[in-house]
Amino acid sequence: MVTAPAQLDRPEVDEDSDVDRPWVTLVWDDPVNTMDYVTHVFRELFGFPRKKAEKLMLKVHQEGRCAVTTGTREQMEVDVIRLHARGLQASLQQD
Amino acid sequence: MRFRRRGRRVELTADAAESAMVADWAAGLLQLLGNDATEDPTDPLEALVGLSAGDPVRPTDPALARLFPDGYRQDDDAASEFRRYTESDLRRGKLEAAKVVRATVPPGGGTVVLDRPQADAWLGWFNDMRLVIGTRLGIDQVDATDDDIDDDRGDPGRAAYQWFTYLQYDLLKALD
Repeated sequence: MVTAPAQLDRPEVDEDSDVDRPWVTLVWDDPVNTMDYVTHVFRELFGFPRKKAEKLMLKVHQEGRCAVTTGTREQMEVDVIRLHARGLQASLQQD
Repeated sequence: MRFRRRGRRVELTADAAESAMVADWAAGLLQLLGNDATEDPTDPLEALVGLSAGDPVRPTDPALARLFPDGYRQDDDAASEFRRYTESDLRRGKLEAAKVVRATVPPGGGTVVLDRPQADAWLGWFNDMRLVIGTRLGIDQVDATDDDIDDDRGDPGRAAYQWFTYLQYDLLKALD
């Protein structure tokens, strides 16, 4: 039997906590915010063309939630702050 | 009350009753948001860095919880930390919008011209009002039907909700 090499200080690697995995900003469905308003906010905040903003809005409405932006945790926190300021229900999490 | 686009600006026309109602609802929102406490922070550190002492928790009032949602849904510690660093700015923004509405609505009715930041404040304020009233009316469940919203049953809250929905749509048309 071969003795395994010393494993001192070897960090445990958790397959699920890949630091490179991007973060996403999720927008959640909401019975109060209107479709027109949500589309307007997506266009205004993220500069999306109207078609893309409407597609994302419909996905939120039909599927209950939709990832609208992707990036670093810090970037997604900024996006969530801006969405909260416009009254949308948004949260961030690692993809 | 109606909104018309005027170049990069938006013209707002209201009659006396509409102006008075808007001023009342704006005052109500300012009260709900704790206008006095935020307007004159006594803690100089809080005034400087915008952080309040202690960790804010998710508001127990459903309407306030809707105005100040969690930024993380799968991590309570991260949600608390996020709230600690963002809630006071979020509150300040909503207070500022309500104050812009109160300052620009024509007293006694009339026509005023709003610049773009003012029009954005009105848009955000309409949305805050809809979120607060909608939550109070129970229109905060995803399975709420249009019947829940359209049947006003003479309730002033329901009538206001529909009115703000219409006005927000009218303003969006002027802005888009």
